[in-house]
Amino acid sequence: MPDSHINGLLGGCLIGLGSLLAMIVSGKVPGISGVFGRLLRPSTKDKGWRIMFLSGLIAGAFLLFQISNDAARLIIPEGRNLFVFALAGLIVGFGTRLGGGCTSGHGVCGMGMGVKDSIVATLVFMAAGFVTVFLFNSLLLAS
Amino acid sequence: MKEALLTFLAGLLFGAGLALSGMTDPSRVVGFLDLADDWDATLAFVMGGALVVFSAGYFLLRKKCHLPGNESESDSVSKKLIIGSILFGIGWGLGGFCPGPALANLAAFQTEALIFVPMMAVGVFFAQRFCGVDK
Repeated sequence: MPDSHINGLLGGCLIGLGSLLAMIVSGKVPGISGVFGRLLRPSTKDKGWRIMFLSGLIAGAFLLFQISNDAARLIIPEGRNLFVFALAGLIVGFGTRLGGGCTSGHGVCGMGMGVKDSIVATLVFMAAGFVTVFLFNSLLLAS
Repeated sequence: MKEALLTFLAGLLFGAGLALSGMTDPSRVVGFLDLADDWDATLAFVMGGALVVFSAGYFLLRKKCHLPGNESESDSVSKKLIIGSILFGIGWGLGGFCPGPALANLAAFQTEALIFVPMMAVGVFFAQRFCGVDK
């Protein structure tokens, strides 16, 4: 098995463990888009744990970026300029809240709990991701 | 206080896991979503590892720790869930960022993340303002 797959598996276990711990402490499903999204609502009362969880996430990534050159390797895929990232951010923010979750909320937590909605959502966003990359690469990069 | 520290620790594990797994590298995510050439299977290992650990923990501790239930809200899947997930998948494929890695890359002061995250907040705001979500 290549190093990238071993690191992927280990990193995945940490993601699962972090999600589990956050769920035990907060009593909520700790999907990142929901934790982030509800922080932006003035009416949200439980902002404290959301801020702690997201600052921990940024700090954890910061640590790894410092100690591992592999982790610090952040390569922008071909043909994606800053405008593409701006548009992608807008769609991801809107889509994850409309759909009720992202890769962590639906893909890890919801699927891991066996929630039917989350299994459907994960299959749908995966499929949309595959199609989008195919179209982007074949239409925009080929020309 | 103890709870705040534990939640910070949970985030720390999550963020370290994202960076260790390579999921903060958009080219790896796009490499997984690109079946056309030289497929990068890493994301499948990340999902697999995360699912096994989370799922085992959830079903072992569900009663003892009063974890949230796993019933779907209704029998039928809502239109919002489908449309939202399609849109999310499109945005994910465009940049190779989902919300977690985009936030994590703020720690690297990556220009793409510094643009993506505020735009993501705008998208969240639109969904909350006009589609009645997150009530």
